[in-house]
This record gives sequence, structure tokens and C-alpha cells, in this order.
Amino acid sequence: MKIKKFIKGTMLVHIMLIIFSFIMVGPFIWMFLTSIKTYEETIRIPLQILPKAIQWINYGIVYDKFPFLTLYFNTFFITLITIVGQLLVVSIAAYAFSRLIFPGKNVIFLMMLGLMMVPGQIFIIPRFQLMVQFNLTNTLTALILPNIFNVFGVFMMRQFFSSIPKELDEAAVIDGCGYFIIYWKILLPLTKPGLVSLGIMVMLNTWKELMWPIIVNRTMDKMTLSAGLAMLIGEHTTYYEQVMAGAVISVLPMIIIFAIFQKQFVAGIARAGLKG
Amino acid sequence: MNKKRRNYSARKRKEAATGLLFIAPMMIGLIIFSAYAFFQNIHFSFSKVGTFGAPKFIGFDNYIRAFTDPNFFIALKNTLFYTVFGVSFVIIFSVLIANSLNKKVKGRTFYRVSIFIPAITMPAAIGILWRWLLNYKFGIINFILERIGLKPVAWLSEAATVKWAILLVLVWSMVSYYVIIMLAGMQAIDSSYYEAARVDGAGQLQLFFKVTIPLLTPIIFFSTIMSMIGILQIFDFIYLMIQRDTIAYQYSMSMVTYFYELAFVKDLRGYASAVSILLCIIIMIITVIQMYLQKYWVKYDN
Repeated sequence: MKIKKFIKGTMLVHIMLIIFSFIMVGPFIWMFLTSIKTYEETIRIPLQILPKAIQWINYGIVYDKFPFLTLYFNTFFITLITIVGQLLVVSIAAYAFSRLIFPGKNVIFLMMLGLMMVPGQIFIIPRFQLMVQFNLTNTLTALILPNIFNVFGVFMMRQFFSSIPKELDEAAVIDGCGYFIIYWKILLPLTKPGLVSLGIMVMLNTWKELMWPIIVNRTMDKMTLSAGLAMLIGEHTTYYEQVMAGAVISVLPMIIIFAIFQKQFVAGIARAGLKG
Repeated sequence: MNKKRRNYSARKRKEAATGLLFIAPMMIGLIIFSAYAFFQNIHFSFSKVGTFGAPKFIGFDNYIRAFTDPNFFIALKNTLFYTVFGVSFVIIFSVLIANSLNKKVKGRTFYRVSIFIPAITMPAAIGILWRWLLNYKFGIINFILERIGLKPVAWLSEAATVKWAILLVLVWSMVSYYVIIMLAGMQAIDSSYYEAARVDGAGQLQLFFKVTIPLLTPIIFFSTIMSMIGILQIFDFIYLMIQRDTIAYQYSMSMVTYFYELAFVKDLRGYASAVSILLCIIIMIITVIQMYLQKYWVKYDN
């Protein structure tokens, strides 16, 4: 009786999870199936689920039409530089807000809190004009620079610094360490989970951001993958087998990275979410 | 004594100088890209801003224009539609899915990876994918509808359905992220609460409604605020899925797509700035209301 009830209980959970998983993954399966069909097969009525022969050639065609390597390089490069920039700018400010006493600290911190509530659109027109003035439109720098000063990152990293016991740096002060050494050598290594979260946030953000790249940059060779794919959609929407092949090339690497580092990703996102 | 005090204050001064030095790079960036941009945007909202020449002060004209512009109200209404339904569905589904994932069942990792995939997929790919799934003639959604005896729907071109189509994609793409957050919240709940409830004879449903939900309310509150702020700024899917020259665009446009159109298609930057400020005010009002209402339903542990 008890075993029966147990099986019934987990069965229900399994059924629900299978349905949910299918709703989430099903569209991606269809994306892949479409990408290996011929054009005729994609517009057949009634729908043809599987292709007669796998058309890998679609991938060759979009690869020739579309500079994936450049877009991957741009996305990777922007992510990397933004992470390094944030590591330097954001974490050291977070350390100061967590540990040091200086005039105006609370006021500045409150003002930053206020900034976080302001929707991004408020900044877009002036930032665009700044980029025009700096002669930075249609450059990768334009996609990096405004993203380095991540207010949310300061809040999150400050939380991580504050969770480290103060005795640790007090002992270091007695040993005659300067503030920078305390920050760089002693505390920063201990905030590694925070830095990982920050890195994942930057990565997802660069990966997903759409409006700013299409505003500030014009040519394909200065786009991120996301914005480049959006441009591809604008140009060709008749041959869905090719567009879907392009979409597969764009999403697959992230899915693979995610499948491998699943635990770190999930923990990173959850930390970033919950520390805020 | 005197010397000691001087030393002490010298150390304090050094600390203050170091603090200011350490926040300086961040502050310089924020002053240029946020503070200056913020005030400049306010300035623009009271000006006529063309592509060339200096902005010309025109008082409240841009704001008055918004209040007499039917398109602005369409955009506002659509945005509120997405927000009200979007936030509700995202929260409900993410709690339900997270609750199933929180059970100790076989193959949990597989389910988890599957369900999280939309959270790491770029909107551009999601937009084009759903445009294909929702295609009137060749889309699989209409194919399924016809199989179960329903009529096909012109999802992305009809006034009555386009908003729902966008909402569907929005919720589908957002749920994953909030499942991660909710699941983390559920895993942080002390198992002794469940044990105590079980001893009292609580069933699965009671555990969910009497233990999980109340203890999760801080996370639900946080997720409500975050998803609300996110959806109020909806842009990507509308931009990617709806062609600008169709009537469907009118029926689906949000405040941010309207802002984008004004600022970067029609070059009405002053008016666009005013629209962005109005959006900011709306976000703040709704957030403040939420903050006020939280004391009636959010239960904090201590």
C-alpha cells in the first residue's frame, strides 16, 4: 500500500517534469529538425516531421553567408574585456564600500541604489550621443565601455566582502599590510563565488543584449552574435531552414557550456539573484 | 596621548583617502555614463532635439504631446497588459516547476538542464524560432491546433492574437530564469519545517501551501519586482517578431519599442526622452506600491 502510494506520488512528479521539459526543449528540437530539411520539406502541408535525408548543407550555406567567426570572436572579446574591466573597477569599489570609512560613503551608496531602479532607456539617447562625440560608434569599445560600470555588481560584491569576517583584515593591518594588499591578496580570492557570479552575469548579458548594439553599431563586423542574428532575421526570412541553421549555430555553444558547467551556472545565477 | 590621537586621525585620513581613491574609477564612469546621461535625458525631454544643432527648450511640450498621442496610450496599455499577465504567469509557472524539481526524483539533472535552457538562449534566437513555430501556414503550433480539431490562428498578424503571441513567448523565455531563483529559495528552506508539518499529518498539498509558499514569499516578492521591471521594458521579442509596417505592430508595440521607434527611426529624440521618463515614473510608482503592499503578504523569517 505504502509503496503503491509512493510510486503514484513520484509518477505524477515525473509526468509533470516531462511535460515541462518538453515545452521548454521541444521548440529547440523543432529548430534543429527544420535546420536539416530542404526548403520544400519546410513548407510541405501537412507538416513533415523528419527530413528524408539530412541536409547538413544548410549549415554550410549560412556559414558562407554570415560571418559567424567574427561574431563569435566579438562576443567573446567583449565578454572578456568587460569581465576584466568590472573586476578592476567594480570589485575594488565594492571593497571600499564594505570595509573603508570615507566621507560621503552613505550618500553615494544611496544614489547608486537609486540608479539601479532607473530603467536603461533613460540613458540610451545621451549615451548614444556621447559615443558619437567620442567617435566611438561602430566600434567594439562602444559595446564594452558603458557596461563596465555595473552598479548591481558593486552591490553584489559588497555583500560578498561583507560576509568575510573583519578579523581577517584587522589582523593584516596589524601585520602592516596596506589596503590594496588586503583587498587584492587577502579578500579578493575569498570572494571567488561572487566573481564567478559576476562573470556569468556579464556573459549572459553580452550574449543577450540587443538594443544597444543595434543602435550604436551599424556594420556586421562590429556586432555581437545576438545583434548579428537579429540582422540576419531582417534580411532573410523566407528560407527558414537556413535561418534555423543559423540559430542552431548561435545557441549551441552556450547550451554545451551550460550543460558542462550546469552546477556553477545555476549557483551563479541564483547567487546573483538572491544577493540583490 | 596627543601623539597617539594624531596617529589615529592620520590613519583615518589615510583610510578616507584610500576609500575615495578606490571608488574613483567607478564614480568617474557613473558620472559620465549614468549621472550625466540621466540629467541630459531630462534636459532633452524638455527640448526639441534634432539630428543637428543644439537642443531647443520647449517646456512641457513633449509631455503634453505624450498625453495627446493615441500611440503613446496604445503602447502604455499594451505594456501594462504584458506586465500584469506576464508577471502572474511567470511567477505561477516558475513556482510550480521549481516545486516539481525540488522533489528527489530520478533524472533530476536532466530535467533541470532541459528546463533551464531558455534562460541561457539569446532573445534573437528565441524570437526567430517562435516566429517560425507560430507561422500561419507552416508553423507547428497551428499544425497541432488543427490536429486537435481547432482552427489555425494568424498569431503574428492579427490584432486580436498578436499580444497573446508575444506574451506566450515572453513567459516561455522568462520562466526558466525564475525557476532557478525559486528553486534556490526552496532549497534554502529548513527541512525541519517540513518534518514538523509531516508529524502534524500534513499532506503534499498542505506542505506546498502551508510551508513552501509562505516561506518562499520573500523570494516571490523579489521575483515579482524583478520580472515586473523587466517586462515593463519589453522590447526584444516585439522588435524581432513583428514587422514594423503591419497593423500587428500597432497592436503589440510596447513603451520601449515606441521609444526606440521615436528615437532611432523617426529621430524625435526630445519626445522619445519624455517617453522614457514617463516609463521611469511608472516603474517607480508601481515599485513603491509593491513595496508598500509587501507587508500584507510577505513573511520574513525573523
